Amino acid sequence: MNLPLRRIGTVIALMLVALMISTTSVQFFQASSLNADSRNVRTIYREFGRDRGPIVVAGESVAWSEPIDDAYAFQRVYAPGPLYSHVTGYFSTTFNASTGIERYSNSILGGTASSLLLSRIQDLVTGSQPQGGSVELTIDPALQQVAAEALAGQRGAVVALDPTTGAVLALYSSPAFDPNTIATHDRAAATAAWDALQADPEKPLENRATGTILYPPGSTFKVIVTAAWLELDPTRDVTTQVPTPAELQLPQSTSVIRNPGGATCGGVDTNELLYAFKESCNTTFAQLAMDLGQPQLDAMTAAFGFGQDLSIPLFVTPSVYPQTASAAETALTGIGQFDVRVSTLQMAMVAAAVANDGVLMRPYLVATERDADLGVLSRTEPSVFSEPISAGTAATLTTLMEAVVASGTGTPAQVPGVTVAGKTGTAETGNEQDQHAWMIAFAPAEAPQVAVAVLLENGGRDGSAAYGGSSAGPIVRRLIQAAVG
Amino acid sequence: MATVTHETVRTGRGSEILLLVIAVGIGIYAYVQVALNMNGVAPERITLQAGAFTVLAVVVHLLVRWKAPYADPVILPAAVALTGIGLAMIYRLDISYTELGRPSGFAPKQLVWTVIGMGAATAIVLFFTDHRVLRRYTYVSLVAGIVLLLLPMVPLLGKNINGSRIWIGVGPLTFQPGEIAKICLAVFFAGYLVDARDNLALAGPRILGLHLPRMRDLGPILLAWGVAIVVLVAERDLGTSLLFFGFFVAMLYVATERVSWVIIGLVLFGGGATLAANFFPHVMARVEVWLHALDPEIYNRDPGGSGQVVQGLFGMASGGLTGAGWGKGLPHLVPYANSDFIWASLGEELGLTGLLAIVSIYLVLTQRGIRTGIGVRDGFGKLLCAGLSFVMAFQVFVVIGGVTRLIPLTGLTMPFMAYGGSSLLSNWIIVGLLLRISNEAREPAAVPTGPFPRVDAVLAARRASDDVAPPAAPAAPALPAAGMPEPDDNPTEVVDLR
Repeated sequence: MNLPLRRIGTVIALMLVALMISTTSVQFFQASSLNADSRNVRTIYREFGRDRGPIVVAGESVAWSEPIDDAYAFQRVYAPGPLYSHVTGYFSTTFNASTGIERYSNSILGGTASSLLLSRIQDLVTGSQPQGGSVELTIDPALQQVAAEALAGQRGAVVALDPTTGAVLALYSSPAFDPNTIATHDRAAATAAWDALQADPEKPLENRATGTILYPPGSTFKVIVTAAWLELDPTRDVTTQVPTPAELQLPQSTSVIRNPGGATCGGVDTNELLYAFKESCNTTFAQLAMDLGQPQLDAMTAAFGFGQDLSIPLFVTPSVYPQTASAAETALTGIGQFDVRVSTLQMAMVAAAVANDGVLMRPYLVATERDADLGVLSRTEPSVFSEPISAGTAATLTTLMEAVVASGTGTPAQVPGVTVAGKTGTAETGNEQDQHAWMIAFAPAEAPQVAVAVLLENGGRDGSAAYGGSSAGPIVRRLIQAAVG
Repeated sequence: MATVTHETVRTGRGSEILLLVIAVGIGIYAYVQVALNMNGVAPERITLQAGAFTVLAVVVHLLVRWKAPYADPVILPAAVALTGIGLAMIYRLDISYTELGRPSGFAPKQLVWTVIGMGAATAIVLFFTDHRVLRRYTYVSLVAGIVLLLLPMVPLLGKNINGSRIWIGVGPLTFQPGEIAKICLAVFFAGYLVDARDNLALAGPRILGLHLPRMRDLGPILLAWGVAIVVLVAERDLGTSLLFFGFFVAMLYVATERVSWVIIGLVLFGGGATLAANFFPHVMARVEVWLHALDPEIYNRDPGGSGQVVQGLFGMASGGLTGAGWGKGLPHLVPYANSDFIWASLGEELGLTGLLAIVSIYLVLTQRGIRTGIGVRDGFGKLLCAGLSFVMAFQVFVVIGGVTRLIPLTGLTMPFMAYGGSSLLSNWIIVGLLLRISNEAREPAAVPTGPFPRVDAVLAARRASDDVAPPAAPAAPALPAAGMPEPDDNPTEVVDLR
């Protein structure tokens, strides 16, 4: 009976080896798909219990995880709380949700990115707790601080880009909020904070910089109209005569377009483009828009990024250039009204493209991703987003925008010793509310280092008295002083 | 050619105490880790508890040393290690259950059953001086086994828990008689097959190279099959049915060396299982859960959904290669985490590494059982060892296979580890029997003083080895008179059959 006994022994061994294989299959080969299963609550617990990596601005952590003695083991801390709220977003255990960089760079911060595989294996071998990687942002803290101070007490947004690379130097939406209040593990407190933020009429959770609300761009849109018009004919330049009537009767419509403040715009029916641009004559650009037609403008706006999904890695809501049903509507889009809707970031991109000789660099917020040992995992290389205009057109536009700040509607943005190029905008809201004040600019005009877009929703604290130049201009000045001076 | 050498046989007691220290150490280490990781402090009265556990193990060791000095040195430590790891996990889940306000306090009960189980094993070693005594109770065991198996069907006594009627309850006490039944049936099969093996093995036609049995010899296997089906249908217990039939087929094979029995067994079981899967909704549900566990439809189905299985898989997956560590996972999220799904709980906290180590302990334990069967001289002992070892291994296979979706999930308990007094007791009884038989197997005979020791030894060796038994030899006497030595009962020297 010994032979069958030995065989039974072999059968037992085979059965147990089969169990080793099936156990290995579950714990090793199926593990990643099982861990990713949405029904697996452990993943949520573990995600929130992980030693998440920090978000770093100029060498300082602005969001990090601190050990805490509760179920999640780590509490996310944001400091200075509101300054970066719309950049970092929040990481909430209570709502099982995250926004901003916390959301879009989650795989690095949480340590699950495939680029972190090596350090995960090291953690396995050394038995240490897995740690997330860190994300370094392109933000210039001084510029961000200026944006926050300038927008304090007003609704609006500031975006500053490095036009030569696309790096986002400042991204601020006002009012901001304190992410710590939502990230707290205290359920009741987090819920109360959330409810309060939701109920706040100022809508602090909206990211006005990346376009969770889109705004009519007003006269800043004239940069794009001018760009399209210049691109059509290389002989056109700042001295080319354009129509500058005091009033423009729109075709098949009772509407009449007038110039800002009822001005006559030089009192002549045609004038140099330079004059029309720096005085922001509405009649001129409404007429140019009609001459160009909707398809031309649609193509030019698309070249600047309208209608395209963009992640920086924050999701940027695509700006809209509308379909128009009539020449009258097209005329209105020429002055950034009708259904033209833009994000602040989009308008900063317009300024940046002009500043960078017509080459629009892809905006990015993450400079470097590092593992827990600070080894570099990836560095963002600047890349071209599009080339909407020629270098010649860009140069002409620069001249025009310099004139706006030097002697036009944008004089409040002047910075001593620095040539600032800009374009103001004052956008009707289409309802009873006060107009939005805009200004886009870049400086120094000869060798641009920064391109900015400033939005004051409903004119900010100036309300109905707000103009792009007078209200947004001083903010542009402060930003450029901080960035260049 | 067998050669006979005189050598000092090592009792293995030294190895046993060394391994026992390690096994007890694993259990205590796990217990302290759980307390440290979950409460932040070592358990109160840890020295006392650790001391008591150590003393318990050492006492068992000393009694074994006294009454069965040649017993296998690995069996006891392996069982102690498994029991200790299981206890630590049950204790760890108690802490979570207490925090969550769910019923807890399972670990102290399990500890009581551990003491009872180890006591039973020791009693077997102490009072059963010869395992062959059991052979006298072949048919008593059959009756006892069947009665125990069918006991849960008795009205008032039987209890229906989680859809299976495999418990009996008297007041607050519940017991799974099927766990003890498997030992009774192992004794019966061993006793019956040692008598009937020649008929089963040799009579009957040969067809297509397969040696088929005579129709009238099919009776017992059909009876076993019938009982398995009754258990399946009446008690809705897929696991016990599978276990019982599986190990009967295995013992038939060992007794007869006929693959045809295995094939007949598989065909019968396959037919029964197919019918069951098609006609019994609860079996069908199990099969669907097995094949499509992750389908949302099956996952959300209630009752009979795969939520439980999938939660177990999630737990194991989150354990990964090295596990979360004692007390650092979330095994309490899985239903029945301390009994049917203790494998998932262990996987979550000890990881793949820990689970492979535990399977290895089971492997060593059951292989030592088989080894004992090879070493013991009488056919009854061989069959009993084969049956007991196989039933333990098969139970491990059915449980872990179910949790890891190798086979459909059935409601069996993990030997030594899962919470449950009946299972713990029955497995420790198996340990006691294996210890007792292994003492017979490994004990050397006194050095013969006769004039021709070599010849005696070789003859004895021939008799001891059933492999060379002449086919014409008469079947072993049904019930030898008490005190009369069996033909293969002669003490012998160590025979090296290399």
